[in-house]
Amino acid sequence: MKRRARLGFFLLSAAAFAGVYLWGLKGLPPVGHYRGPYGDVLNRVATYERHVTDVVTAVNFDYRGFDTLGEEFILFMSVIGGTVLLRRQREEEKSERRDESLADQSPERQAPEPSDATRVLTLALVGPLVVFGLYIVAHGQLTPGGGFQGGVVLATAPLLVYLAGNLKKFKQITSHTLMEVAEAVGAAGYLAIGFAGLIVGGSYLRNVAALGTTGMINSGGTIAFINLATGLEVAAGFVLLLYAFLEQTLEIRLRGGK
Amino acid sequence: MSFFPYLVAAWLFIIGLYGIVTSRNFVHLVICLAVLQSSTYVLLLSIGYRVGGVAPVFVGVKVGTPAVDPVVQALMLTDIVVEATVVALLLALALQLQKHANTLDPDKLKALEG
Repeated sequence: MKRRARLGFFLLSAAAFAGVYLWGLKGLPPVGHYRGPYGDVLNRVATYERHVTDVVTAVNFDYRGFDTLGEEFILFMSVIGGTVLLRRQREEEKSERRDESLADQSPERQAPEPSDATRVLTLALVGPLVVFGLYIVAHGQLTPGGGFQGGVVLATAPLLVYLAGNLKKFKQITSHTLMEVAEAVGAAGYLAIGFAGLIVGGSYLRNVAALGTTGMINSGGTIAFINLATGLEVAAGFVLLLYAFLEQTLEIRLRGGK
Repeated sequence: MSFFPYLVAAWLFIIGLYGIVTSRNFVHLVICLAVLQSSTYVLLLSIGYRVGGVAPVFVGVKVGTPAVDPVVQALMLTDIVVEATVVALLLALALQLQKHANTLDPDKLKALEG
């Protein structure tokens, strides 16, 4: 009965939502007939004002930089929360109070060794992937990309090492204190660049660095630096989460188990 | 066609919410939340779209070429990455729940326990 009542309440709410939504649609322009004005203004001025060619990055790390700072700290806190939640688990495991439900359900099943092809391919890809990630982070002001995208690309590199079956190396890379430091430095870097704007230019996150030549990698002033800080934080944050989730399996397999 | 993406957004929102309301498993619930959230992507990108507009990346584009709205794209971009970590946080919560309550079914949860 409780489920049915809940479903009834949902249907009622959904119908009300659909009504209000359709009513609201009447006030929106049809898709493809964007009316502006903010996007048009930015598209017109961003290249001249900030010497960037990718306006999306300019919006993210300059015009809307303060909002992105907030979003970045949502990311920061989620990573902290995730790692803290999963860390308690490790202590419990140490105190031999391991929950049976979390143990491997089929201890007789062996995890297959990765094939030679997987090993060669993944390890060969690690280098190019890191270079590609750094390229994406560094060229955010020129082409689509930046700290968020590049950071995620960088964070997949240790995953390739894991896929190659090199568990020791994976643990070395991901469980490092350096990752935690990198995440903190990335988050603090964004804040610090904001304060640099406050001290030099009089307002928080003001673009105070030299703007450089449009189309060159040194263009965009502080946008490039904020991208680097964000890239560092995103990459380190994702790697921390990766380790937090894989840790238990990793410990068992490194002990020579399944 | 001119209003179709808006309806897709509404559908994603409602189907995601339906999944959350009727969910019997917290992992399923977290994924439903991700579906629900993706409705905002469709909605905002549709609002910023312009027929014949180029991407707001001005490399080798003539001055005066109409482009789509960069603001909504910037919103999406950060949100996608942030969402991934939030989903990770929620899944970590689900993992803890399985450990402490030995169930992932929201209906089987009893009153809060210290």
